Amino acid sequence: MKLGVVRFPGSCDEVDALLACRRFGEAEILWHRDRDLHGVDVVVLPGGFSYGDYLRVGAIARFSPVMEAVTEFARAGGPVLGICNGFQVLCEAGLLPGALLPNTGLRFLCRQVEVGVANPATAFTRACARGERLSLPVKHGAGRFHASEAELDELEAAGQIALRYAAGHNPNGSARDAAGVTNAAGNVLGLMPHPEHATDPLTGSVDGGKLFESVAQHVTEGAAVPA
Amino acid sequence: MSEVATAQRHRELGLTDSEYERIIDKLGREPNRVELAVFSLMWSEHCAYKHSRKLLGRLPTEGEHVVMGPGENAGAVDVGDGLAVAFKVESHNHPSAVEPFQGAATGVGGILRDVFAIGARPIAVLDSLRFGPLDSPRSRYLMNGAVAGIGHYGNSIGVATVGGEILFGEPYEHNCLINAMCVGIAPRKRLVRSAAAGVGNLVVLLGAMTGRDGIGGASVLASAELGEGSASKRPSVQIGDPFEEKKVLECCLELLDRELLESLQDLGAAGLSSSASEMASKGEVGIDLDVARVPRREPGMEAFEVMVSESQERMLCVVEPARLDAVRAVCDEWDVRCTAIGAVTDTRRLRVLEQGEPVGDMPVEALVDDCPLYDLAPERPPEPVYAPPRARLTAGADLRSTLLALLGSNNIASKRWAYEQYDGLVGSRTVRRPGSSDAAVLHLAHDGASGAIAMSIDGNGRRVACDPYTGAVEAVLECARNLACVGAEPLGLTNCLNFANPEKPHIAWQLEQAVSGLADACRGLGVAVVGGNVSLYNEGGGGPIYPTPVVGMVGRVPDPGSLPETGFVEDGHAIALLGPFLPALAGSELEALRGEMADGLPELDLEAHARALEAARAAVRAGVLATAHDVSDGGLACALAESCLAHGVGAQVDLDALVARVGEGEAEADALEVALFGEGPGGMVVAGPHDSVEQLVASLAPDTALILGETGGEHLTVETGATARLEIEVAAAATAFERGVADHFS
Repeated sequence: MKLGVVRFPGSCDEVDALLACRRFGEAEILWHRDRDLHGVDVVVLPGGFSYGDYLRVGAIARFSPVMEAVTEFARAGGPVLGICNGFQVLCEAGLLPGALLPNTGLRFLCRQVEVGVANPATAFTRACARGERLSLPVKHGAGRFHASEAELDELEAAGQIALRYAAGHNPNGSARDAAGVTNAAGNVLGLMPHPEHATDPLTGSVDGGKLFESVAQHVTEGAAVPA
Repeated sequence: MSEVATAQRHRELGLTDSEYERIIDKLGREPNRVELAVFSLMWSEHCAYKHSRKLLGRLPTEGEHVVMGPGENAGAVDVGDGLAVAFKVESHNHPSAVEPFQGAATGVGGILRDVFAIGARPIAVLDSLRFGPLDSPRSRYLMNGAVAGIGHYGNSIGVATVGGEILFGEPYEHNCLINAMCVGIAPRKRLVRSAAAGVGNLVVLLGAMTGRDGIGGASVLASAELGEGSASKRPSVQIGDPFEEKKVLECCLELLDRELLESLQDLGAAGLSSSASEMASKGEVGIDLDVARVPRREPGMEAFEVMVSESQERMLCVVEPARLDAVRAVCDEWDVRCTAIGAVTDTRRLRVLEQGEPVGDMPVEALVDDCPLYDLAPERPPEPVYAPPRARLTAGADLRSTLLALLGSNNIASKRWAYEQYDGLVGSRTVRRPGSSDAAVLHLAHDGASGAIAMSIDGNGRRVACDPYTGAVEAVLECARNLACVGAEPLGLTNCLNFANPEKPHIAWQLEQAVSGLADACRGLGVAVVGGNVSLYNEGGGGPIYPTPVVGMVGRVPDPGSLPETGFVEDGHAIALLGPFLPALAGSELEALRGEMADGLPELDLEAHARALEAARAAVRAGVLATAHDVSDGGLACALAESCLAHGVGAQVDLDALVARVGEGEAEADALEVALFGEGPGGMVVAGPHDSVEQLVASLAPDTALILGETGGEHLTVETGATARLEIEVAAAATAFERGVADHFS
């Protein structure tokens, strides 16, 4: 498996993501000006503050040249993981439903939270059991997932809210405790918690590795996953 | 401008008449407007250290680990494996007292630039903050803004904020302190100095455009007391753009990796004036700059404004002409502005041109070395300088309510509200997060090194106010003890000296005593000072701040895989107290809560403390301890309570031995109170399996190691003479500790 981590100007966690990816496969950095994806099997959009995020989180990054290729790759079923700012970019790019608003507390928050796997049938959760709890850190100021009530009902019914904050762990006021959301096909996942910061026992938990193991299975065994 | 107008103007710019005469003498004529502006900043306290430079010579700056000492943008020490760790602490007090968000944000931005200016990648930020008590709306406003500003800059640029301290006291109400320390890592061969070299080489400005922001900041804000009109100084505060700095950071490190730069320097206080003259001075060359080539953010800027602007996110470098195209290519890739604005000359003069026409011409030596240095006139004040703190605890409170009051007090309560606003994880090096150990620990595996580094920043101004010499010694000891809690041996030290107006004899005395204390403590522990910063004139409407030397240290941790943490982790562990800890109420938090303030602290035996630190490090490095926690504010009772509440593990301890240690000449009840809440350097609470802890204690001298008791249960129980004297539910202690600060912001 070869993973590509996109570096936008202002990305902060791209090296962290690269290091995590390399525990599970080959990985390289993709530059925001790249128009092709160097043949990678998985694309990771990392955390950070792309282009400074001065306008609205993720709003500028979605227009960068590399996003055309990422969009094409995602629409063709390629697995794409958006972490934190990457999630925000995917929503802005229309590859994921909903939007991410400032936390209800209106402050940046960095803390370890518990997240439950609500749908183990996606490209990034298939190595997990339904209901499995993962300990992952969050660190963001704009992570409150928002969509209309009707949309939220549809997302829930379709299993697109793949990860949920455990009771008492929702750090940002996300609707339906949504921590991670997929597209309808389940090949694109955006989440606010940072799985790449949970792959080394020395620096915290290793639960984030489950997402990378999942996509490794997805790549090697093919996309057919029992729903 | 007429000569008469200029002569009046030098005073407005903060120069004395005799300093102005000296400038005329050095130039051989009256300075023009540009020259006067440049001189006024270069000769300001902030840039010239004219009241502190003589004293700073007392600090030891040489040691086996030192790679770069004071004088460069940041200090650096060797950590083995071909790597160096760069670090420095700097203040941004006055700007933050005027506009806390941008003041603190640009304080972080500035210290980051200092570290990458020498070729190191910033990997950690620690902050030492001081505010007035939180029941004051102004203090809450300042703290709210400063914490948000630090988070904004550090989070956005992707450097982990891993530690720090926040303390409170009435003297900081009008003049808060914002000290930021940055730690960076570099292959030793990438380290670069700031000395300009190579006559004919180009001087290239990188990064942001130059605007009118921060004009005169170094003299207007940093070198004078804040008074009634501070709000009108707001335009002197710089505005930060972490996105720009992120690009400049990555661009500079790539330029250095490709060996395209001869030297590199950040633009900080006094902007181009200071950077260019420092680079020329160190390289013993001259520099010509053409201000017309400097990209500007606003039209109509005059030459002097371009020379003194403190616009952020700018770097100055020296480039061989043949490499300029390669430099441009890297800058284009990162979308970083890159403009050749001048050249290195052999004149030893800083010449300022505007479209080729000279508008200023000054000897570099006059700018950098000839500012008059002033002798202090220290005088011990005949009576205490500070009013005692406001009483917050009634006399006669029982031990339980005293402990709860201490745990919930501003100084001791959890700072979670603040540190949760900081990204402490980016970089994937953070082994110990804020709140989990006394020193932050970052491993170096991604950088190609074994082991880890630990870092801490400490200082207790109120104790220094009680006794400037001993208080400063204690700051060094506490920082070293925090490192010892994770088994780290100090490699180097940086300090920030925050004091009030040194022209006043009693402030000069504080400064002189504190620097002596720092110097003696550094020598006693064998630690070299590799850099630092001095912030004077910290007094607002409320009088002088407490004298606040802040000490930052970086140490090496051989094995980050088996480190103890601050909390008790399981039932049935033996608890011991290590170190020559002799608690006293003088200078303690309890004394402050009672509205009292001692004059003088107990003397201490530096050699005994150095030996104890060595023993503590060895004990931690042996890998048998589950818990190690420094005894500091609030004394042993607070240290034990903090260890209990971290994971909700109780403890039963017997203090007979400690009471006997402190008890000579004291009534028994008083001795217990001192043993519980008294403070002093040298104490460390440790816990681990019985065999290991008992063996450890048996191996140490009885006056530096005591078995206290055992972990377990849901209470912290303290006994003497087999009778419980203090019993508190861990949950109640936790509530007081968690709410003490947070409740002020909800």
